[in-house]
Amino acid sequence: MKKTMDLNAIYVPSDDVVAREIEGELIIVPLTSGVGDMEDELYTLNETGRAIWDGLDGKKPLKDLIAGLASQYAAPADVITKDVTGLMAELLKRRMIVARPPE
Amino acid sequence: MTPRAPVYVRKVRAFPAAGRPRREPLLPRFDMELTERCDNDCIHCCINRPAGDAAAKAAELSTAEVKRLLAEGAALGALTVRFTGGEPLLRDDFREIYLAARRLGLKVILFTNARGITPALVDLFARVPPLETIEVSVYGMHRRSYEAVSRRPGSFREFRRGVRLLLDRGIPFVVKGAVLPPNRGERREFERWALTIPGMDKRPPAYSLFFDPRHRRDNPAKERAIRRLRLPPREGAAWQAEGGPEYFDEMNRFGSKFLGPPGAGLFRCGMGRRVCIDAYGKAQGCLPLRAPEMAFDLRQGSLKEAVTRFFPLRAAAAARNPAYLERCARCFLKSLCEQCPAQSFLENGTFDTPVEYLCDVAHAQAAGIGLIAEGEKAWTIGNWRERIRRVRLTARRGR
Repeated sequence: MKKTMDLNAIYVPSDDVVAREIEGELIIVPLTSGVGDMEDELYTLNETGRAIWDGLDGKKPLKDLIAGLASQYAAPADVITKDVTGLMAELLKRRMIVARPPE
Repeated sequence: MTPRAPVYVRKVRAFPAAGRPRREPLLPRFDMELTERCDNDCIHCCINRPAGDAAAKAAELSTAEVKRLLAEGAALGALTVRFTGGEPLLRDDFREIYLAARRLGLKVILFTNARGITPALVDLFARVPPLETIEVSVYGMHRRSYEAVSRRPGSFREFRRGVRLLLDRGIPFVVKGAVLPPNRGERREFERWALTIPGMDKRPPAYSLFFDPRHRRDNPAKERAIRRLRLPPREGAAWQAEGGPEYFDEMNRFGSKFLGPPGAGLFRCGMGRRVCIDAYGKAQGCLPLRAPEMAFDLRQGSLKEAVTRFFPLRAAAAARNPAYLERCARCFLKSLCEQCPAQSFLENGTFDTPVEYLCDVAHAQAAGIGLIAEGEKAWTIGNWRERIRRVRLTARRGR
């Protein structure tokens, strides 16, 4: 069964990757083994993914990130929610983000 | 029908990703020669100093300086750094330097003789992979041949142990050979062994055949010895041709793309687009280009200054030597020939003097694939396009 994502959780980029901006493009470089399928793969995010990644500041829970993006892009919250949870699931699967433990 | 989920994360093998227009970074990749010291004393080596050379070690970039330069390279957009030497694993701080590079998001290419590969190092490579293949130089398949090249007793055993450690932990690496008198009879054995190495991906190994003289022009006796180790041009071309149909296909592909008279411009290689930093902090346009007027001191200025101001001025240099203008500038084999300002400087102390040995090698290679006849000088050939077309046609028919 598909696990529902906790919208109150705060996610941050994982220590297993290094995110770099090169000529305007975000490149995610695996640091530790097992992040990619192959040992020499890099990753890039689409435009939506990039906007969401930039919002992973370690302070906002997902629901606030969604609200911010919905207002910024004047898009319905359910569309943004789907994009955010879709990306988060993909990033979690690849160990590119981790949930920040509650303070 | 279930709508397909959007693809947010895309894998890319290289940067820039295909099909996405963007500017190339100022510095796509760079080399760092971490030390000139080496635990081998190879008979053909153009740069090595003894492993225990205290003066060389003291003059090397400090850990902090190396880290600063790695950070500067990454800030200029570099995605890959190549660590070479000397033997880079001789640096006591290699582990720290490697981790610093990887934490900056740099992929690491490591050139090594594998003698310094330890269980701790393979653990590190397994946990934090270099993301690029390690390249191991092989000097012989047996202790006798290997150590006749390395001139270090025990080096063969250590090399084999290093390779075994890499294999056992599944760390990707490739092997490459240097064709020298002690190992010339071992080609088939070497290639059979190379095929068993997963990282080789069933490809034949690369070989060094036409050795550079000493890069620092510091040892005339050794330079003479190195010249004596070089294969005569025809034998070198014949060695390469033994690579079989793949070699001819590659030469044809290369020929149709890159051959043609270059004109008087000296740097056709994109000098300065891929900077090499020597062990003492000098940025060079390439590893062998060590002429003082072509090097930028990174202890006095930044890598950005080197890339944006220093190298572009020098890359525009043109040849003045009448012999170069008469021959190299008009020679359609120029891209095949290893003649370049660096090689010219190493051999002759100028940037634009034809290097006779390299000229002979290029002519032997061209004759070997039928581009020119024996004794013909390529700079006198006007219908070179027709020659290339004819050779490609013959190759196609042959298949």
